[in-house]
Amino acid sequence: MAKRTFQGGVHPYDGKALSKDKPIKDILPKGELVYPLSQHIGAPAKPIVEKGQRVLAGEKIAEAGGFVSSPVYASVSGTVKCIEPRRTVTGDSIICIVIENDMQYEAAPPIHTMNYKDMKREDIIHIIGEAGIVGMGGAGFPTQVKLSPKEPDKIDYVIVNCAECEPYLTSDYRKMLEEPDKLVRGLQIMLSLFPGAQGILAVEDNKPDCIEKLRKQTENLDHIFVRALMTKYPQGSERQLIYAVTGRTINSKMLPADQGCVVNNVDTVIAIRNAIDEGQPLMHRIVTVTGDAVRAPQNFRVKTGTLYSELIEEAGGFVEQPEKIISGGPMMGFAIFDTDVPVTKTSSALLCMTKDEVSRWEVGPCINCGRCVEVCPSRLIPTRLAEHADHFNTEGFLELNGMECVECGSCTYICPAKRQLAQSIKTMRKTVLANRKKG
Amino acid sequence: MSELMKVSSTPHVRAKDSTARIMLTVAIALLPAAGFGVWHFGWKALLLILITVATCVLSEWLFCLAVKKKNTIGDFSAVVTGMLLAMNLPVSAPWWIGVIGGVFAIVVVKMLFGGLGQNFMNPALGARCFLLISFSKIMTDFSYVVPGGADVISGATPLACLKNGDPVVVRDMILGTVQGTIGETSMLAIVFGGCILIMAGIIDMVVTGTYILSFAIFVLLFAGRGLDWYYLSAHISGGGLMLGAFFMATDYVTRPITRKGQIIYGILLGVLTGIFRLFGPSAEGVSYAIIIGNLLVPLIEKISVPAYFGKKKADTKKVN
Repeated sequence: MAKRTFQGGVHPYDGKALSKDKPIKDILPKGELVYPLSQHIGAPAKPIVEKGQRVLAGEKIAEAGGFVSSPVYASVSGTVKCIEPRRTVTGDSIICIVIENDMQYEAAPPIHTMNYKDMKREDIIHIIGEAGIVGMGGAGFPTQVKLSPKEPDKIDYVIVNCAECEPYLTSDYRKMLEEPDKLVRGLQIMLSLFPGAQGILAVEDNKPDCIEKLRKQTENLDHIFVRALMTKYPQGSERQLIYAVTGRTINSKMLPADQGCVVNNVDTVIAIRNAIDEGQPLMHRIVTVTGDAVRAPQNFRVKTGTLYSELIEEAGGFVEQPEKIISGGPMMGFAIFDTDVPVTKTSSALLCMTKDEVSRWEVGPCINCGRCVEVCPSRLIPTRLAEHADHFNTEGFLELNGMECVECGSCTYICPAKRQLAQSIKTMRKTVLANRKKG
Repeated sequence: MSELMKVSSTPHVRAKDSTARIMLTVAIALLPAAGFGVWHFGWKALLLILITVATCVLSEWLFCLAVKKKNTIGDFSAVVTGMLLAMNLPVSAPWWIGVIGGVFAIVVVKMLFGGLGQNFMNPALGARCFLLISFSKIMTDFSYVVPGGADVISGATPLACLKNGDPVVVRDMILGTVQGTIGETSMLAIVFGGCILIMAGIIDMVVTGTYILSFAIFVLLFAGRGLDWYYLSAHISGGGLMLGAFFMATDYVTRPITRKGQIIYGILLGVLTGIFRLFGPSAEGVSYAIIIGNLLVPLIEKISVPAYFGKKKADTKKVN
């Protein structure tokens, strides 16, 4: 049988060997903790604490600001130091709640005391929303919204995105190896919301040990299957993943639910399990600290709000001063100016590179080689789109279906002229979306 | 932290291949054909190749200097243009033909339109056609002195023989020991170079394959020779078809970018070459077919935009 995959894609150097064999290590924050009110897609959360107030670990400090929104929880006990704008990974300054850690780690009561058996569908979705769970693969879409499609009966696939196609990242890999039981349990909870669905754990085939472990974990379960996918970036992109698993296609005007699918990331599914079974809100996540500039690359379980600079210290500091530091993977992560920004719900890695390839290459003219067309998973013509975007030609951009771009960056990666195709296209997409919003 | 890190938009890594590396590989892939030309036609062929390449590189450098633009000769595309142009010259051509051709290819066809990536026509072929029209006698004089001997070989090229109904030897045409331009005679050497390009991932067989195939079908249908395999293989191995199909029709800048467009383009080239060779006044047709094909690329691209991922039938009706 042909391997499950999609058309297009690239094979960047994967760098996972640096950290893949390092077990997850818990670390405690040393300094203040910073909680941005916007760690998700949708309306920012609203603070419900005041300056000087004492909070407990696991206490809600900001509530959802709308339907598509998510609350924020303190991950330590301490005092609210201030509520003010701070710089975050994207480089933007957004309002953050800053908490002075009192090092007591005094825990708040669980967010619910119900027994799973007594929970109804609405209860489960409500708890997931209350726990502040969002898509932890990077997009940060509130999970309770994802789990409430208009027609839940029509969902026939619940897919766990275990692809981890971003180079260097090993946080999902470690979770799958160390907590396969929790992962499968989380999937079972999701399946209980969609009685007609089967559960799929979709893993890239560069992780045969995970595939084996998950197969063993699920061998006696009827509706749960493990699927091996071809290792290729961006295999973990939602549309490409759904296609590889089900053969169904989704465009920019559709949601996965329109094709009967719900997709969630590994960490998200485990967070769901922790919220339902233990009443634990989302207040930590696994972060891979890696790259050739780091002395001892590792996978950490980090309390959200911890500053990145502390993670670097925990990993033994730098061997060599890095030129570039990225929050996330090299294909879709954010390059950050400095490391005094907090870990949020969607942080997955801190990649420190001694050399910044991008600034070393000189950008040349497009030679029309067509490689961007070949690798584009959305089957677009990136070089033409970028040209239209650079000329502010919205009409031409839309005519060539520019809004179908998934912003994976494969075109920029492959371009022999080293053109910033994805950047141009992304900028234009943002402009178009903003204009649509204005109406 | 005292020093701020570098930031840039995603992605933060790049594939290793670069424009210069691609162009250099193409130049290397042209070496077998060029080497054969030198062996077959003598040292004068080598001299002509060197003059043409030097002219191309020098005129690009001078042009950049004159218009105060960044020097672009480092991308090696001028070297490729020079080599391709030389491949298309007869060995009997005087040195200044290489110079005029090189200047025309680089300055007129390429740089005046904005340099690499902006030319709408293959520079080497544009220059060849310019030379063919301006100095047709020189450009169609395929006589040469056998290296190491004193014999002057003159007479018609295999394709001209075919046109006149004279016999040809296909074996010699495949090997390349026939008359023609410096780089076009040896099918073997060209295909070997083509394999280098394919293995290096620089070209694929889409344009080349559809071009040769559609040309073959055209000849079978319209040459009036029925299933004459000997005649057909003479047509395929003769003239500039192989050099054109592997090295010029595949030129990135002047061929359509999408797969569908490339198929249309290949078929178009095959049909045009067939028309020119069978029904035109000249025995040759590849150069003109490709530059006409080049001119039609924008139109081909308009009708060959691929269906995007997840496109539904209902979407096709909507505008935008």
